[in-house]
Amino acid sequence: MELAILAQQTLNGLILGATYGLIAIGYTMVYGIIGMINFAHGEIYMVSAYVTAIFLAVLHYFGLANVPLMLLAVLLATMFVTALYGWFLERIAYRPLRGSTRLAPLITAIGLSLILQNYVRLSQGARSQGIPSLLQGSFAITLGNDERLVQITYVQTLIIIVAFLSMAILTVIMHHTSLGRACRATEQDRIMASLLGIDTDRIIATVFVIGAAMAAIAGVLVTLNYGSFDFHIGFVTGIKAFTAAVLGGIGSLPGAMLGGLVLGLSESFFSGFVNADYKDVFAFSLLVLVLIFRPSGFLGHPQVVKV
Amino acid sequence: MGERTSLAQPLLALQEVSSHYGPVRALDRISLTVNAGEIVTLIGANGAGKSTLLMTLFGNPRASHGQILFAGQDITHLPTHRISPLGLALVPEGRRIFPGMTVLENIALGHTALGNHRQGPSLDFLYTHFPILKERQRQKAGTLSGGEQQMLAIARALMSQPRLLLLDEPSLGLAPMMIRKIFALIRSLVQSGIQSGVQPETAVFLVEQNAHQALQIADRGYVLVNGTIRLTGTGHDLLNNPEVKHAYLGTLV
Repeated sequence: MELAILAQQTLNGLILGATYGLIAIGYTMVYGIIGMINFAHGEIYMVSAYVTAIFLAVLHYFGLANVPLMLLAVLLATMFVTALYGWFLERIAYRPLRGSTRLAPLITAIGLSLILQNYVRLSQGARSQGIPSLLQGSFAITLGNDERLVQITYVQTLIIIVAFLSMAILTVIMHHTSLGRACRATEQDRIMASLLGIDTDRIIATVFVIGAAMAAIAGVLVTLNYGSFDFHIGFVTGIKAFTAAVLGGIGSLPGAMLGGLVLGLSESFFSGFVNADYKDVFAFSLLVLVLIFRPSGFLGHPQVVKV
Repeated sequence: MGERTSLAQPLLALQEVSSHYGPVRALDRISLTVNAGEIVTLIGANGAGKSTLLMTLFGNPRASHGQILFAGQDITHLPTHRISPLGLALVPEGRRIFPGMTVLENIALGHTALGNHRQGPSLDFLYTHFPILKERQRQKAGTLSGGEQQMLAIARALMSQPRLLLLDEPSLGLAPMMIRKIFALIRSLVQSGIQSGVQPETAVFLVEQNAHQALQIADRGYVLVNGTIRLTGTGHDLLNNPEVKHAYLGTLV
C-alpha cells in the first residue's frame, strides 16, 4: 500500500538524515569557527565505527552482559576516544597552519584523510569488519484495520532517540552555557573574543572535540544498525554529511541538522518511489538546485565581507 | 598630575614601543604613561597609528620593540587573552559588539576576564548608567543603533571591572548629541570612581579624532603624528597650543 511505503520511507529517511545531521555538525561548527572545511571529518566517523567494535569486544571479553549498560558504556567511551582524535588532529595539523593561506589547511585535511584511512587499513586490515547484532526485534505500528503501517526495529528507535537527544543537548549547551557563549563569540569575531579574555585556541580545539564526539555518536548508531564497516566508509558518508551542512547553510548548527534531515528524507523517498540506484544523483542534484536559488543554504547567512 | 604619580608607579607605561603591520612600521618608539584615576587622551589624524597603539597593548600586532608595563608587570609578550584579566578593557574601533547575540549575552561576555570566581559590577549598576540597554536586553545586538551599540561596547568593557578603560574613538559616526552623552558618561564614570563595586581609581585612556571634546575632559593628552608622539601636556595646555589648534581643532592661528 502506498501509505505504508510513504510512512516506512519517511522513517528510513529520518534515521538516515539524523546520522547525516550528527556528522554535519562537525563540518558546520569547524567551518563556522575557522572558516575551513575539515575534509578529514568523514574519517573521524570511520574511526569511531572501529572504536565501537573494539569497545564492544572488550566489554564482551570482561563478561558484561547487560545490553543497555553495554551500549551506554560503548557510546560514552567511543565519544571520548574519537574526541581525542579530533583534538589531536587540530593540535598537530591545523593549529600550526593558522594564519597561513586558506588552501594550506584544506590540503592538509585531504592528506590527513588519506593518512587516517591507511592507518586504519594497516592496523585493522582492509577487509570489511562486523559486529554481532545486540538488539534484535522491532515494533510494528498498525493502522486501525490491522494493516501494517511501519516496521521499526529497536536499533532504529534507539538511533532516533539518541540522535535527536544529542542534538537537543548540544543546542542547549551552545545557547545557555558560558562555554557555548564563548564558542559563538569566537565564531563571530575571534579577535574581539580574545580581547575579552577568551582563550580562542582552546575554544577552537573544543569545537573539534564536539564535532568528533557528535560524529562518534553517529558512528556507534550506524554500526549498531548495519553491523559492518570498512576503512572506506568515511568517504561517501563524509561527502553526504558535508552536503547536508552546505544544504542547511554551512556555519549554522540548526542548518546542519535540518540539512541532514532534508537530505536523508529526499534520498529515502527517491529510493522508495523512483529508483534506488540514482539516489546519490538525486541528492547532489538537490544540492545544486538549492545552491542556485539559495546560495547560502536554508539557514545560512549570506557572506558579509568584514572590513 | 600631582601627588598620585610621584607616589606610585604609573598604571600603564609604554617604553619605546614600536610595532609593525607586515613590513610597515605603524608605531615608532612610543613612550607614554597613564596613572591610576586619570583620564588621558591620545589625539591624532586618521592613520596616525592610534588604533594600532591600543591593539599593540593586547599583543595584536605584537610590539616589535620596547616594553609595555601594566601595574609594574611586563605584559609585552603575554598572549592576547591573558591581558584583559589583568584589568584592561578595550572598547575597540568600530565597537565590535557581537551582532548575532543578544544585548544581555554581549554584556555577559564582558565578564569573561574576571573568570568564574570574581564578581563583576551588577547589572543594575550598568542599567542605571545605560537604561536603554535594559529595554533592549533581549534584542539582538546587531539591531541596535550606532549610539546604542557604543553604549553596549562600553557596558561590556565595564563588566570586567577594569582598572584601565581604553576607548577607541567612541564618538565616531555618532550624532553630536550622542557624542556629548557619551563624553559626559565617561567623565561621570571616572568621577564616581566607576563606583558600586567597581575598581576605585579607574583610569581612562581615550583615543580620539574629536580632539576638542577629548581634550576638554582629559587630565593629560598626547598628540600622535605618523606613529610618533609629537606633543604632550595637560588637556588645557594642548587645547590652547597653536599647533594643536591649527591641526586638530580647525581654528586659524
